[in-house]
Amino acid sequence: MMRRALLLLPPLLWLLLLVAAPVAILAGIALSESAAGVPPFRPPFTFDAGWQGTLEPLRSLVADQYYLDAFLRSLLVAFATAACCLALAYPMALGIAASPARWQMPLASLVLLPFWTGFLPRLGAWIGLLRDGGWVNRLLQAAGLTSGPLPLLYTEGAMLLGMVHAYLPFAVLPLAATLLRRDRTVEEAAADLGARPWRVFCTVTLPLSLPGALAAFLLVFIPAAGEFVIPELLGPPEAMLVGRALWVEFFQNRDWPLAAALALALLALLVLPISLFQRLSGRRAP
Amino acid sequence: MAEPLLRLEGVTRRFGATLALDGLSLDVMPGEFLALLGGSGSGKSTLLRIVAGFEPADAGRVLLQGRDITGLPPHARPVSLVFQSYALFPHLSVFDNVAYGLRREGVARGEIARRVAEALALVGLTGLERRRPAQLSGGQRQRVALVRSLVKRPPLLLLDEPLAALDAGLRERTGLELRALQRATGAGFVMVTHDQGEALALADRVAVMEGGRLAQLGSPQALYERPATRHVATFLGAANILEGRLEADGAVTCASGCRLRPAPPALAILGPPGAAAAFALRPERIRLLAGAPPAENGIAARVKDLAYRGDGWMLVVALPGGGEWRVALPAGASPPAPGATVSLAWAAESLVPLAA
Repeated sequence: MMRRALLLLPPLLWLLLLVAAPVAILAGIALSESAAGVPPFRPPFTFDAGWQGTLEPLRSLVADQYYLDAFLRSLLVAFATAACCLALAYPMALGIAASPARWQMPLASLVLLPFWTGFLPRLGAWIGLLRDGGWVNRLLQAAGLTSGPLPLLYTEGAMLLGMVHAYLPFAVLPLAATLLRRDRTVEEAAADLGARPWRVFCTVTLPLSLPGALAAFLLVFIPAAGEFVIPELLGPPEAMLVGRALWVEFFQNRDWPLAAALALALLALLVLPISLFQRLSGRRAP
Repeated sequence: MAEPLLRLEGVTRRFGATLALDGLSLDVMPGEFLALLGGSGSGKSTLLRIVAGFEPADAGRVLLQGRDITGLPPHARPVSLVFQSYALFPHLSVFDNVAYGLRREGVARGEIARRVAEALALVGLTGLERRRPAQLSGGQRQRVALVRSLVKRPPLLLLDEPLAALDAGLRERTGLELRALQRATGAGFVMVTHDQGEALALADRVAVMEGGRLAQLGSPQALYERPATRHVATFLGAANILEGRLEADGAVTCASGCRLRPAPPALAILGPPGAAAAFALRPERIRLLAGAPPAENGIAARVKDLAYRGDGWMLVVALPGGGEWRVALPAGASPPAPGATVSLAWAAESLVPLAA
């Protein structure tokens, strides 16, 4: 009993210091009133003045269509990113799982290879490829397919491309781990009973790998929902996402309470799919 | 003679440097129950996987009802395999497991429901349609795997160690059910097993495999009574092997010190005088004598160990020239004490000559 408590202590401390405390501070800021000064808010509670907090930031969050749209658009972009990553990850993970054992580790490391270069240089490379005078447009014009440069950069497509490129490894690895562990004889049984390879995938491989697919989806979806840098560098300027709204409130408008409220709302929104996943994977256990 | 259901012609399969199957040829007749019997590494499971289409053959042909299926993928072969692990679909109900093959054939919905119900009734699983495989006992899972294959009415059913995962008590009954099912459906069954009792009890013919080749093929009785090789003799029923040298008068001087006089038909098979000769002698064919052993086809030996078997006794005796034999005594006999010297004798016909 004592030993178990001791074992639990480090993770508990970790959670307290790095999760609970920051969230509590954030909640404190979200309940404050904006003020001119450093920091730019009035604490919601002091021993001298007593309670002086306000629900105004939270209220404006709900009342203003602008933030609601930002949330919806962010979830949509995150969903599209996660879906694209999953669609690309399945063939990659199946390929890794189907290759001879001595190739599996090297192939999995290749998936991680992009992490060896910085995040920003990779985005810079996309800008170089997609801008009006970039390689793609020059190639298209040289091939005579287009007369002038196509507007590729600063579009939703470029943003999605950058997001999928950045998050794909997070989808491939859990999926590959799931597919490597699977029982191949069940697929052989399906083939034996007359299922063609595509049928075997749809009726056996896919449903049996759903827990891994769900994990892969969430590992992409959750960070993608709050992504700020990629939409800022590759996306259209008018597309307001939560990440960018947060940035604007925090650094441009210096409205810390509103920014904190936004961050809390995003957190709450992401806890929902996580707990759903936990319940689903809990139910699967026999 | 009727056309064979399955014909294997010189089927060969290599794994690196090892030859898993060495030019194996075999016919399975329609409605026949054939057991492929062998130890691990004998190639029996590889053979099954080649017939099912999961393993390519490096050489040779596989013909089903006269049609060459050697190059066909598994889903295009009308044979069906029952996996040793059963390989049930864990995410599907019993009903959907059994219906899987029919759905792939595009059978109408009503017809599927009818045939699945019929198949489940055949193995006494009616009422369990909505269970998942995880909610079934081992025996029930085995029967689901069986009817999942049989519901497609394949002309040939392949079974990979179908009883190995069952409790000992369940094994014999399930084996008999398997045989009844085979009679009822009229399908050809090819069963891989390492259990000689299973093979002898269930199969019409047994193919004993050794090192990727067919050591002997025949009815269970023929195999047991007249094993062709030392391997078959020891694998089936653990026969005693007697080795010696043939003499001019037709007797054999045995290495363990006795004189053998085999029956004349056996003599015809053996080589010229002076050649090495080996015989199989079943433990239950050896008698205990009260007096001295006969000069030929008999020997005195010391009882080393004995074990009660319920239906009799099994003696282990040490021979004067070295080596041990097993001797089976019927239940009524009073066993000798360990350490006692006993006289053993056997009939000439009990000596089965073996190929080298």
